[in-house]
Amino acid sequence: MKKFTDLELQIKSVEYRLALLKYIKIAKAGHTGGSLSCTDILNVLYNDVLDVTPESFGDKNRNRYIQSKGHSVEALYVVLADKGFYPESDLETLCKGGSKYVGHPTRKIPGIEFNTGALGHGLPISAGIALAAKKDEADYKVFTLLGDGELAEGSNWEAAQMAAHYKLDNLVAILDHNALQITGTNREVNSPYPIDEKFRAFGWHVVEVDGNNITELRKTFQAVPEVKGKPTFVIANTVKGKGVSFMENEKKWHHGVPSDEQYELAMKELNGELERLSAIKVGE
Amino acid sequence: MTTIEKKETLIKGKANLEVFSETLISLAEKDRNILAVTSDSRGSGKLVPFADKLPDQIVEVGIAEQNLVGVAAGLASAGKKVYAVSPACFLTARSLEQIKNDVAYSDFPVVLVGISAGVSYGALGSTHHSIHDVAVLRAINNIEVVVPADNFEAEQTIIAASKATKPVFIKFGKKAMPVLPRLEQTFEIGKASTICEGSDVAFIACGETVLPAYEAAQILKEKGISAEVISMHTVKPLDEQAVLKAAQKCKAVITVEEHSVHGGLGEACASLLMQNGVSLPFKIVGIPDEDTATGSQEEIFEYYGITGDALMETALKLA
Ligand SMILES: Cc1ncc(C[n+]2csc(CCOP(=O)(O)OP(=O)(O)O)c2C)c(N)n1
Ligand SMILES: [Mg+2]
Repeated sequence: MKKFTDLELQIKSVEYRLALLKYIKIAKAGHTGGSLSCTDILNVLYNDVLDVTPESFGDKNRNRYIQSKGHSVEALYVVLADKGFYPESDLETLCKGGSKYVGHPTRKIPGIEFNTGALGHGLPISAGIALAAKKDEADYKVFTLLGDGELAEGSNWEAAQMAAHYKLDNLVAILDHNALQITGTNREVNSPYPIDEKFRAFGWHVVEVDGNNITELRKTFQAVPEVKGKPTFVIANTVKGKGVSFMENEKKWHHGVPSDEQYELAMKELNGELERLSAIKVGE
Repeated sequence: MTTIEKKETLIKGKANLEVFSETLISLAEKDRNILAVTSDSRGSGKLVPFADKLPDQIVEVGIAEQNLVGVAAGLASAGKKVYAVSPACFLTARSLEQIKNDVAYSDFPVVLVGISAGVSYGALGSTHHSIHDVAVLRAINNIEVVVPADNFEAEQTIIAASKATKPVFIKFGKKAMPVLPRLEQTFEIGKASTICEGSDVAFIACGETVLPAYEAAQILKEKGISAEVISMHTVKPLDEQAVLKAAQKCKAVITVEEHSVHGGLGEACASLLMQNGVSLPFKIVGIPDEDTATGSQEEIFEYYGITGDALMETALKLA
């Protein structure tokens, strides 16, 4: 796997954000806020941790990534294109009639493991895969990304109990903790807190990380699983809409599509960030 | 009573459930990749001997049916041949979304085994009945629905499912089933089996209602009426040719199922016949939309006319 510097990955994150907004704009549809919040997580997973490529995707022992919060598919589509699973220009068909790039992940897209989009499915599936790895004495790991609003789905807790029971220390659940869902904050809608204590009580090893900080994410993901015999729960504290200041922490951007004007503003801000990071790189 | 005499002429068999368990053990002994996943249901699934013999091949998830199916799909995606075993009533309602998305839509060949299906749990009441399962799964893309009638079909279904490359749902009850006669000792998912041939009336039945249909045919024979009995073990995909042929041969068609009259085998046949311009006297026998009668499976069958005598009467009225 090519080794990137933190700065290179930071640049990638901005590029991913630019791209995903572009395709959401073309499609006139998408889950903008949640895609922006998990971009750095996907970036680090695919460029530093999973070692999944189009060539290795058929490997029985590949690491698995299951996106339980399937609605943030635009971030995943953009990252998989960058990994060479398909040309990025395919995404111009996103959500169009006849396109296989529908608004939630499906296995018709190279690189995608499961058809998700109904919340509350990724953790049970991932626990099943992690159990298969244990049965086969294989050493691959299973990563899944959950939304914080999604935690209200009871199926998560069925799987949480079972994953600890089976000591699935090859399972890493990452929470995109942006504190927002559709209707408002998680706290207002149906509070999931205290999340850390709940997962600890369920027998998980819990770690917390700044989910929009590449350096921190790399350290955390490289270290997991740290505890033998326990599944790991990573609370990644993120900002919904990250990178576009007028989208940040605004619930309406959950599936908001920018107007032409807003799109220009967003591009300007992200391109500015790109220039800033590229200048540092040149200076290095 | 004639019915009882006729029953005695059939060779006694076991519960399809027991055949399932024995067949699965023999398959799993030869293939370590086969796993049974249960939700505190190994007892009702007769899988205690499986667990004793092959402890590494049973996965217990506890009373968590959504997780049962999600985990099963995960295991299947990683190359395991998975039989997810749970009472049909819970498996096809509680975990329906997991069946739809994780198994059928994601296209992993999990075998979903609905035990104590239909009204097998009889007196336990409607919480434990699954008279909706065929209807809901018929409306889900990419899953086959098989309802074996007797021990032969149960065994053959379990074997066929082990080689299936698509998701399969299999349901059966826990009552001992006699060995039914059949024209050919062959079995294929999607190919109906003819139990006996006739030309006046055709019974198209599935699962444990094939037996009373066959008993009705025997009584009708004494009355000079020739009844065909077809075991339509696979409700989806339906063996359309078999249905059309029966409707061509006979003057009337009666479908029989241990299921709601809505959305099951009967409506599948009706829809097929109508869309092929076939019009003939036709009756769907099953469980109507009402507070289901109480009692044992046998008593519920009796109440809804799913007995040899009652089906004979239905045939006389129709043909
Ligand atoms: C079972 C199910 N119920 C409802 C939805 C509709 N839905 C899509 S996203 C979403 C909010 C998700 O919030 P959260 O999990 O916090 O995700 P994020 O903030 O990361 O976008 C809802 C309710 C769904 N996709 N699945
Ligand atoms: Mg959220």
